[in-house]
Amino acid sequence: MDFDLSETQRMMQQAARTFLRDQCPADRVRKIMETETGLDEELWRGMAQQGWCGMTLPERVGGLELGLVELAAVAEELGRACAPGPLLSNLWAATLLEKAGGDREWVASLLADIAAGSRRTTVALLEPSADWEAGRVTLAAEPVEGGLRLSGKKTLVGDAATAEMILCAARHGSDLVLLGIPPAAQGLRITSAPTIDATRKFYDLDFDGVVLPASHVLAQGSPAEKALRGATDVATIALCAEMVGGMQWVLDTAVEYAKTRKQFDRPIGSFQAVQHQCADMLLMLESARSASYFAAWALSEKDAAAEGAVSIAKAYCSDAAREVGNRGIQVHGGIGFTWEHDLHLYYKRLKSAETMFGDATFHRERLASQLLDAKTV
Amino acid sequence: MARVGAPEPIGVIGVSLVGPTIIAVGTDAQKQRYLAPILSGKEVWCQGFSEPNAGSDLASLGTAAVRDGDDFIINGQKIWTSFAHFADFCLLLVRTNPAAPKHQGITCLLVDMHTPGIEVRPLRMMSGDAAFNEVFFTDVRVPATQLLGQVDQGWRVAITALMNERANLGAGLYAMFRRSLDSLIRHTGRIHRRGRPLREDPLVRQKLAQIHLELEIFRLNNLRALTTINKTGIPGPEGSIQKLYWSEFNQRMTRAAMEILGPLAQRHDFDSGRWAYAYLRSRGNTIEAGTSEIQRNILAQRVLDLPKSY
Repeated sequence: MDFDLSETQRMMQQAARTFLRDQCPADRVRKIMETETGLDEELWRGMAQQGWCGMTLPERVGGLELGLVELAAVAEELGRACAPGPLLSNLWAATLLEKAGGDREWVASLLADIAAGSRRTTVALLEPSADWEAGRVTLAAEPVEGGLRLSGKKTLVGDAATAEMILCAARHGSDLVLLGIPPAAQGLRITSAPTIDATRKFYDLDFDGVVLPASHVLAQGSPAEKALRGATDVATIALCAEMVGGMQWVLDTAVEYAKTRKQFDRPIGSFQAVQHQCADMLLMLESARSASYFAAWALSEKDAAAEGAVSIAKAYCSDAAREVGNRGIQVHGGIGFTWEHDLHLYYKRLKSAETMFGDATFHRERLASQLLDAKTV
Repeated sequence: MARVGAPEPIGVIGVSLVGPTIIAVGTDAQKQRYLAPILSGKEVWCQGFSEPNAGSDLASLGTAAVRDGDDFIINGQKIWTSFAHFADFCLLLVRTNPAAPKHQGITCLLVDMHTPGIEVRPLRMMSGDAAFNEVFFTDVRVPATQLLGQVDQGWRVAITALMNERANLGAGLYAMFRRSLDSLIRHTGRIHRRGRPLREDPLVRQKLAQIHLELEIFRLNNLRALTTINKTGIPGPEGSIQKLYWSEFNQRMTRAAMEILGPLAQRHDFDSGRWAYAYLRSRGNTIEAGTSEIQRNILAQRVLDLPKSY
């Protein structure tokens, strides 16, 4: 039994850390934040060269076919660097494409381009009802001559403006339908939806009679549900690992500050009240780390514990990220509250992650259902 | 054993604390003499550390050991000594050098609890039971062969013992907590409130799910700590995360259980009074085996390297 990263995984993580330290320092994050799309082509190319665009994709499409623990190890570094850009959206969509796509030629060709970094995709799931449960998607897909017509809205879609293909979850009768939609499709309006996290760019999608040929349907019914659930689990794990990296940065920065900032002729880190804040951050961070990496392992191995493990990780990480962020600011005092200090970049990134793919309440309800609803007592 | 609800083993101090400490610092003769009976449960150990004036500040302990020929003569008092009322041996911390700085005058001895001069008086906890004791030492003669480690080097031995105590309590606790939670879940199927079983109540569901996920993460943290021990042989200060984690977790769990089960759970005849007992007993968890305050100090100072505050 080995609850630790392997030597190879550690090396991969260290390489990612070095790359991001050099290519994605805080001032570059701030520059990219100020752009409309959050996409820095040079940084993106660098990430593609690292193999990150196709890390978990099959080798036959040019991916590295690595497991989810490796993905988590790299994702942790992305979180530590607060790296902007469409990598997470792309990962979610690529995983969905691979699980749902079947034999379609356009899917294989798109996957190959994704792995190479030359095309990007994203997923449109959330609607104004703000319910992450795919079973409650209402975007209507109505059969018409030549295909399906979409009417309705999607919200907080990541990186829609820089995607060459948007994978959309819609409903036809009682069936979930997954479709691939080109952003330039007639009747589709994409508008920018800025949030508190400027390092991620989100968009609202308005479907006003968007017609798509049947060939753009990826999957329907329970295969669609299964693929979407599986892909969202993978993206959730990557996000949890990112959150761990972000929390680590907050803790490290707070501890460093506490060691150097002096008041009353002593480092403030020598006061127990400050020490206890840091100790609490450490406990939450390490617990989040255990939960996230276990979920990555369990899902990779298709272990029976996998289903619960993803929700355990996301629920815990969601609450932990908020609490670690709060304590990080508190330890820094006044300067922790300034725009100039990098802390707020992480704080907002963690806050945004808290609700992405379901917050703690959402995932606790999932766990409750697993724990309680099958019982006949 | 905990998974099948076996009573708590009284050999727990020997197995989880004394044994590993003897392995780490004992002589070959001591390992030969003491380890097998610890493992088989033939000999029960207690831990003579805390004193009325030396709790969190353990290094200020005053039970004295004065050299007399081939023996030490011990005078003093220990408190909160679990299982002393039936222990065969005691891992005893004594002061051998009152002139030295307090951490440098402490010695660890392996003491036969049947030695003349040792008196054990039970202490009753607010949860009702009397699992621990005061232990009085009056001119107790202990051979110098019973030294564990070197004279005046006992503080290092104590730290090793405490780190092992923290790290090893994990696995049995998980199974015990799991049984508790499973039992609570069964109650939420049986008990109805406002016409529905408790387990359909969204707030009850949220509370149960939170306990469940925190418990599962406790297990994962334990497995990670075990990996470290397997690789390096020693539990690190990270062991302190576990004690802090489980003690506060158990308080949250027992509190949630009392909230979910309602006021009737305070009755002595509700499920044999087990939930009320567990709730009261859990208040001691954040004090024994190192208070939460001390645990946080250790995490901050030894793991995060923040400057000492005292």
